[in-house]
Order: sequence, then structure tokens, then C-alpha cells
Amino acid sequence: MSNLYNVSSTPHIRGKMSTQLIMLIVVISLLPACGFGVYNFGLRALFVLLFSVASCVLSEYVFNLITKRPNSISDLSAVVTGLLLGMNLPSSVPYFVPVLGGFFAIIVVKMLFGGLGQNFMNPALGARCFLLISFPKLMTDFVYNGASGATPLAQVKNGGCPDLHKMIIGNIPGTIGETSMIAIVLGACIMIMFGIIDLTISGTYIVSFGIFLLAFAGKGFDYTFLCYHLAGGGLMLGAFFMATDYVTRPYTKKGQVIYGIFLGFLTAIFRVFSPSAEGVSYAIIIGNLIVPLIDRITVPKPFGCEKTKKEGAK
Amino acid sequence: MGRNTFKGGIHPYDGKDLSKDKPIESFKPGKLLYYPLSQHIGAPAKAIVNKDDRVLRGQMIAEAGGFVSAPIYASVSGVIKGIEKHRVVSGDMVDCIVLENDEKYEEAEPINTAKLEDMSRDDIIGVVGKAGIIGMGGAGFPTHVKLSPKDSDAIEYVIVNCAECEPYLTSDYRKMLEEPDKLIKGLSIEVSLFKNAKGILAVEDNKMDCVELITEKAKEYSNIEVLPLKTKYPQGSERQLIYACTKRKINSKMLPADAGCVVNNVDTVISIYKAVVEGKPLMDRIVTVTGDAINNPKNFEVPVGTIYSELLEAAGGFKTEPKKVISGGPMMGMALFTLDVPVTKASSALLCMTKDDVSEFKQTQCINCGRCAQVCPSRLLPGFVADYADAYDEEMFLKYGGLECVECGSCSYVCPARKHLAQSIKSMRKIQLAKKKK
Repeated sequence: MSNLYNVSSTPHIRGKMSTQLIMLIVVISLLPACGFGVYNFGLRALFVLLFSVASCVLSEYVFNLITKRPNSISDLSAVVTGLLLGMNLPSSVPYFVPVLGGFFAIIVVKMLFGGLGQNFMNPALGARCFLLISFPKLMTDFVYNGASGATPLAQVKNGGCPDLHKMIIGNIPGTIGETSMIAIVLGACIMIMFGIIDLTISGTYIVSFGIFLLAFAGKGFDYTFLCYHLAGGGLMLGAFFMATDYVTRPYTKKGQVIYGIFLGFLTAIFRVFSPSAEGVSYAIIIGNLIVPLIDRITVPKPFGCEKTKKEGAK
Repeated sequence: MGRNTFKGGIHPYDGKDLSKDKPIESFKPGKLLYYPLSQHIGAPAKAIVNKDDRVLRGQMIAEAGGFVSAPIYASVSGVIKGIEKHRVVSGDMVDCIVLENDEKYEEAEPINTAKLEDMSRDDIIGVVGKAGIIGMGGAGFPTHVKLSPKDSDAIEYVIVNCAECEPYLTSDYRKMLEEPDKLIKGLSIEVSLFKNAKGILAVEDNKMDCVELITEKAKEYSNIEVLPLKTKYPQGSERQLIYACTKRKINSKMLPADAGCVVNNVDTVISIYKAVVEGKPLMDRIVTVTGDAINNPKNFEVPVGTIYSELLEAAGGFKTEPKKVISGGPMMGMALFTLDVPVTKASSALLCMTKDDVSEFKQTQCINCGRCAQVCPSRLLPGFVADYADAYDEEMFLKYGGLECVECGSCSYVCPARKHLAQSIKSMRKIQLAKKKK
């Protein structure tokens, strides 16, 4: 035999979807919200985003270089983390904040635990909470149209009545990527279209949040109050882009429903009972921590073994 | 659209257009034919011929080595050259009877001359066993064993697996189109073996022309039904097929008979007809020679024992040098490193591809996307199961249902991290099954 052919175990063909392609679609889905953020807050928002992305990608590159691991930045996951982190920052932060945040997200939360797929916490949110605790002033200083102001959600907390239309379109103060409900939902539609995410987590999260919120607030069914909370703050961004992060969400559909309800429960508690108006980031981070437990209790019964439960246990 | 199916599964590029419109051509083999003694599941057959014996086409050259075994017949007339080690599809060197073709194609006496009406249930099963008929979909389980369950009255469905869900394969499709009468007659013989049974021809709905044709032909049989199924891989996997047809579920510890079912491949059913009615043992089978590296993809009726490289020449040779050559379909077939191996009763295709996805893509880390769990027809969590297999954690592997895997490969197909999930799980399953046997 002059030449031998390749051999391998089955199957011999593979699907089109790759990690890189998934991340690329996520990046594209984030662009409407980013674009709106830049339009809303001006060029400074763009620089915050760029610094954040650059810091994430560079951190991963240098970490791989130092630890002599194969270079992994081409999977684009660092770009996604960078964008998400930038979108979670106010446009007015000094540039060292996104740089430091990117470093923390990639090195501490992701790479030290083994890189992509091994982190137990969403890197962007981990970094955001780190920054929020370290620089509370900078991180809650929302400049909009040249003036610092309270976010609509904070206004609601203090009994104010912001304009609901503006909240849905996004012409409000807030972090760069969270203000426009429309842009976020548009991005989510792109992801759903390509089969990147489905509505299991986002849907149960948002619905259960609404129910728990009304229950805890004790105002009865107050429609405008509910709408303020759905459109305001980081709920939409969190529900569609961060709670759905593959690495830090449960594996099975059943687990994802439990996870979504748990997130809704926590977010409602934080928003109603905590002095700060926001709660999505903390809720998702705490949710991340119980994911391994959820995975353990939601292992499905294999096909054909459902009824023979007792026999199988012996 | 409301068609019966199962949960999970994938939709790979099916490539059937390459060969689906090519009528079956009869193939005349070359000088030497090789008959591996073990072409089926169970005990290997025992050779009953000696060197320099002259045999005829349709003469038994190896007898069954036990109840779960099948005899082997010469597919051409010629002279036995001896028993030699020769390479087979799996890559092993195994004992093969070598037959030199004299190209006269003299036929031996039929193995059955009794009229169907006069034959008892045991007579029919006896002929099926004698004809060396095995599951021709790939597994190669002796058919007469399937037809003799413990309680034959408990069998309610005889299902013919016409799904052909493997991409590229068109052998069953051509067989259905060209010999529908034999298929349906064969099924009615099978159904007659079981008092309470009815026949189901389960066809994927990408072959609606077949569905129409055989529905028309099956009209006169009140106990035979044609059931179109949703086109999805692995629709033709036995457990998934039974579920799609009857909504009954079986697991790895059960046989189809436990759910009141007998499942056979199209070619197997036609072979039953040929054995019982025409007295012909299993000597030939349909092999699809296809793939983007092939000049002229075709469906051949090939005498068992033919060397693959001869089929390649008959299909016009390579258009471009292939990267990967597979015996069977791309999802579950065996990759060949050489074409110097014989066609067996269970070979369904020679697939030559210019691209090898497996060597092209690099494995990366799992990102926990859950796609493998979504497509797994056995409803496992392949990501976890494969991890336990890699870590050789037997306890957790079994706990997470590793033995329930049907080895369809859907998980590896969808994995965006290109992990070899099916490979890990398959290797561990083999170890565990071997341990169980002890």
C-alpha cells in the first residue's frame, strides 16, 4: 500500500457550529446594545468599551504566554467578556476602571480556574462586582447629557415617576449597555435565531422576577411599577446575555428552570429590600454558585430507564 | 408536522443525492474473494470446505458455529484456495476462506424447495437460519434468533427499518424502489410467524416516493402498514425506531422482544423472501459506493467477499484523492486505512470523502453549552459521561447511564468544542460491557 487513509473513531463528520462561531454570534448580538450605548452616552462610552475589550484580550494573551499554554484568544470569548464588562460600566468611569476590570475578569475569575469552560462565575459580572465594591463612587456616578443623575430605578425607589417610554427606548442614565430594552431584545432575537440561547432561562427569570417583585413589594398588582422594574436597571441585559452564559448556567432544561426562578427570587429580594436599586449582578453571581448543585440534582433518567427506576437502583 | 419520531437527534448533510437515482447494478467480482468466518454477532462460522474443493454459487462453505451464529455461502463458483488471515473492515487480521472465482457463476441447488403454504413456523425459521441471514443494517445479528423470541405470541409489531438515516447511504432506498414486492412479501412471511403481530414499514419522510410506492403495494395486506417518520438521525437506531413506531421504550438491558417488537432491516427482509420463496441463501448485498471523492457514485449488488478496491474501480475510481475512506455511513461507519478488505454481509457502503472533519478540527475545552444533551437520543448528558469515561471513573460513568449510549455519535457531531465525546464513551462502554460478561 502506497498510501494509507486517515482512520478515527466515529462519527466522521462534524457540525458547522464551533466555539468561535458561537462567540462571534454573541459579539454581533451585543452590538445593537453597544451601538445604542455609544449613541446615548457619546464617544466616551466607545472608549470605555474598547479599553475593556483590549484589556480582556491582552490579559488572556499574556497569561497564556507566561503560563506557556496554547494561545486561546482566537476563540473570541475574551472579546465577549470585554464587551459585557464594558456594557456594565457607567460611561463616566476613568479609563483605568475598565482596564483593571478586564484584568480581574480574565485573570482572576477565568484563567486561574483553568480558562474557558472552567470558571464557576461569569467573568464580566465577577469583575463588575469587584469594581462596585472597590470604587462605589465611580461605579454609581451616572452622567447623562452632561449631568450626573439618578437612574430611573433609583428614582422609582425614592418614589419618583420616570418616563416609561424613554426607559424602553433607552434615553436614560445607566451603564453603557443596559439602558435600551429594545436594543437588548433585538440582540437576544439574533441569538435565538441562531440557536445560541433559548428562552428557558431568560423567560423563567423575567417571569418569576415579576411575580416575586409584586409579592415582596406588597403594592398589589401595580402595572407601571412592574414595567419600571422590567425595563429599568440591568435586568434585560442580565437575563438575556449573562444568566444565559453557557459556562455558568445549569446543563439541563430542568436545571435551567430552577436556576431562572432562583435568579428571579434573588433579584426581587435585592431590588425591594436592599438600599441599592440594583440587584441583577449579585443575583446572577450567587446563582452561579449553586449551579453545580442544580446540575447534580437534575441528571435526567436515560431513555427507556424512566420506569425501571427501582430495578435500576437494585 | 406530527410525524412520529423521538426526542433529540441531528440533521446532518445527507449527501444522498449523489447516488439515490442510480439503479442497482449487478457487480461481477474479480479473481479472489475473501469470506471472513465472523461476519455476524455470535460464534464464528466453521469452515466445511478444504483447499482445492470446487464450490458452486450458493453452496455452503462454513456452517453456523452455534445457535447465535450464521452459515456462510460461496457467492461465486470456483476453487477454494484455503483459509488465510486477511484484513477486514475493522482493521484486524482474521481467518477468511479464500475462493478463486472461475467466472462461470454455476448455481448450487436451492436451499429450500418446499412451498410456502406447506411450511410450518419452525420450517420457515429453519430456512432463515440455514440461509445465513443476519441483520444487514450493520449490526449483523443472526435473524433466525430474532425470529425465535421466548414468547412468540407477545410479539405485536414486526417493524422493517426503512429509515436509512445514515447520510450518503442509498442501498435500502434503491432496494425499496426496485424490489417492493419482495419486501412486502418478505414482511408478510415474517408477520405470519407471530399470531398477534402486524407489520410496520417505517420510512423516513425524505423518501416519500418510497412511501407512496410501498403503500400502494401493501394495500392488499390488511396487517401491514407503512409509517412515514420524521427525517432525523438516528431515526433508524433500533430503540429510537421502536419508540417512534409504538411509543414503547426499551433500554440497554432489554431486547426489542421485551416491547413486543421485532426489528429488521430492508435488505434482511428481502433476503428472507429470497431464502424462503426462491431458496436462495444470503450471497449478495447492496453496497453504495459514494462520496465527493468518487467519480461516478453508484449502487451495486455485490457478491459477499468482493474486495472493496474492485468496487472503487467500477465506480470510476477517485475524482480526487480522498482523505478518508469509510465502510458504512459517516456517522457510524468504520474508517478504512486500506481498500484491500472484503465486503461482508453487513457492509452497506463505501464512502470516500475529500475532507476529514476529525483530523481538521482540534479539540478544545467544553463550554458547557448543553448541545450534546439536547441531541442525545438516549437522553444522557454526554459531556459529563465522556468526562467520567476519560477520568476512568467507573462508578459515575455507570450512574450517569453510560451503558445506555447507542453510540450514534450525535454528541460529537454537534459539539462546538469538537470534543470526541462519542469516542470516549464508546471506549468506556466496551470496557464495562466486557467486564460485565466475565
